[in-house]
Amino acid sequence: MPEQLAFTIEVFMNGLMAGVLYALVALGFVLIYKASGIFNYAQGVMALFAALTLVGIMEGQVPFSHLINAILGTEVHHFGWHVPAFLAIVLTMVVMIVLAYCVQRFVFRYLVGQEPIILFMATIGLAYFLEGVGDLMWGSEIKTLDVGLPQGINVWIDEFTFEATGYGFFIDNLDIVASIVAAILVIGLVMFAQYTKQGRAMRAVADDHQAALSVGVSLNFIWILVWSLAGFVALVAGIMWGAKSGVQFSLSLIALKALPVLMLGGFTSIPGAIVGGLIIGVGEKLFEFLIGAPFLGGATENWFAYMLALVFLVFRPQGLFGEKIIERV
Amino acid sequence: MKYKLGTLAVAGLMAASPVMADLVFPSLSYRTGPYAAGGIPFADGYADYFTLLNERDGGIGGETIRVPECETAYNTEKGVECYESTKGEGALVYQPLSTGITYQLIPKVTADDISMLTSGLGRTSAKDGNTFSHVFNFPANYWDGASVAVKHIMEQEGGDLSGKKIALVYHNSAYGKEPIRTLQELSEKHGFELKEVPVDHPGQEQKSQWLQIRRDKPDYVIMYGWGVMNQVAVQEAANIRFPMDKFIGIWWSGSENDVLAAGAKADGYKALTFHNVGSDYPLYDDLKTHVVDAGKAAGAGDQVGSVLYNRGIYAAMLVAEAARTAQEIHGVTDISSGQMRDGMEQLEITEEKMAALGLPDFGPEFSVSCENHGGEGFVAVTQWDATAKEWNLVSDFMQSDQDVIQPLIDEDASAYATENAIEGNC
Repeated sequence: MPEQLAFTIEVFMNGLMAGVLYALVALGFVLIYKASGIFNYAQGVMALFAALTLVGIMEGQVPFSHLINAILGTEVHHFGWHVPAFLAIVLTMVVMIVLAYCVQRFVFRYLVGQEPIILFMATIGLAYFLEGVGDLMWGSEIKTLDVGLPQGINVWIDEFTFEATGYGFFIDNLDIVASIVAAILVIGLVMFAQYTKQGRAMRAVADDHQAALSVGVSLNFIWILVWSLAGFVALVAGIMWGAKSGVQFSLSLIALKALPVLMLGGFTSIPGAIVGGLIIGVGEKLFEFLIGAPFLGGATENWFAYMLALVFLVFRPQGLFGEKIIERV
Repeated sequence: MKYKLGTLAVAGLMAASPVMADLVFPSLSYRTGPYAAGGIPFADGYADYFTLLNERDGGIGGETIRVPECETAYNTEKGVECYESTKGEGALVYQPLSTGITYQLIPKVTADDISMLTSGLGRTSAKDGNTFSHVFNFPANYWDGASVAVKHIMEQEGGDLSGKKIALVYHNSAYGKEPIRTLQELSEKHGFELKEVPVDHPGQEQKSQWLQIRRDKPDYVIMYGWGVMNQVAVQEAANIRFPMDKFIGIWWSGSENDVLAAGAKADGYKALTFHNVGSDYPLYDDLKTHVVDAGKAAGAGDQVGSVLYNRGIYAAMLVAEAARTAQEIHGVTDISSGQMRDGMEQLEITEEKMAALGLPDFGPEFSVSCENHGGEGFVAVTQWDATAKEWNLVSDFMQSDQDVIQPLIDEDASAYATENAIEGNC
């Protein structure tokens, strides 16, 4: 196989994998927007908060220890135990459900019926609040997240492709795991929405919340459910991204990677988030490889992702899978 | 009513008026935001050194020290606000740990007659004291770093780099682009091929860059990164099995933060430094006694001895010694910012002085003059031991290639002087 073709295939495959990671972040946005019409600016910070909480629980860190020590003059930092990864994930999910309840109970309950821009502004406030609480609870230092996910080159693919093409492809084990997890997550979410009572209620609220209310669906419950699901997706995204870079405050910036995915895939479609992620991932990586690095000095991925999304928007303003809004006079 | 208003006015005035009797070293810190993990240990070290001087020595020359801290969150606008809000307190010198803030403050500090020290960051040509009267960047700058990285690689390769390939992975910003010109000149001089690989902010996704490195197979990689870019780069380098001992980061890519996330795979990774590592110095015993154990540390005390904490200690030590020099020159203890500038310009750091301060071999010897605000450009190489989880110094402090760097500095400073109609300070 010609070297350039082998490189292109390798870049294409890595683009798909990167796209899955972008889609994981975008999924959380879609869930909340679909059910409540809120563009959740805090989704990236939720991923950070979830990952911080997970590491904190795993390491037996005392939450708010700096604050406690400053007020009481104590020197407590750790409980002295380590929690296994699986149990810590479950406990973190409990925290995310409590967070979902608080968000609904103390913020959005009072904003029902407000303009979308007001709800959006509320999520901006929520993002900064959560970032501050995360900092106060678990500290600002970079934390190593080790939940046992494999990382590094997949040797089998490397050897297999080397024998077949003369060039060993690089695929990161973590990306493979992320792809499997994303697939399970999407299938699970779609099945939940289609085949469970709560899922159907969620879809009813998404279609017309007043009609759903009139047939006895509890808006409060559905919104807590949706924010909990978004919290779960944020946790998964936080684990995948946190395993790469350590858990730190710039983790919240992964939301920037989700925006072009949403523009392309549509704000209301779960499959759209996946397909959008894949197109953005492959598009930006191939552009960087074929045009960006050789002719434009490189580092084109960030702006190219947005440009690609904008081109799609010209032809399909609602995104690839978004619902077309028809308003008649 | 009039009495109450009068009392309030007096109280307000008292609160707003600067306390003039102290030596004021404002700390433009960042303890929040995406770069907090780097900002906290530096700010802690900076504050703890001054606390030690106050507690142990009663300040500098009998004058107590005050370190008003202002949070910038590594944001340039906030940094400028912090400068404006603290300069009236009698500020003697600023050390913004940010190249963006530095660029904004260069004209301001010059106009306000306040010094600014930007060790290992900021505008490299500020070394030219004739043009940049109030900006100092001793003991080393970005170009010194690039040069010493190449010098170290040459040593590893037996003195010959012809035919070798070196990749520069850099933060795609003014900071990250700083070493390019120097490395291009060095590549011409030594005959190695330079590949430039930019990474966009924040650098969380670097797959393309490291696939490119895997394809190009450079012999060495030099990195100018900051924040999350560093951790991801070290992880990705490990993923493609790039030899860690051939991967060299600038000093902003060489703290514990940058390697711990990658675990054992980061073992052998190298980074440049302009000060020593660890906490095995007499000064740290004093710090423990007078600051940490006394409950007066700026942070939780868990950062003591880390790379960035040491950098904060070193930064504070340099300006404290400059203040002492200023006191000696002018024969007063309560120095003004103008007198402080004189102290900065006549600072001399010798091994005897560092040993007397309890920091033997902590940094290179250097002296500052009116023309040279940057010292002699001595830089060392450190290496990460993942098992012991510590950095070790693996080279002596080496001087950068001044034949290459000085003309570049002259050229850049001259352009700045022309643009800003600066006639010359010396």
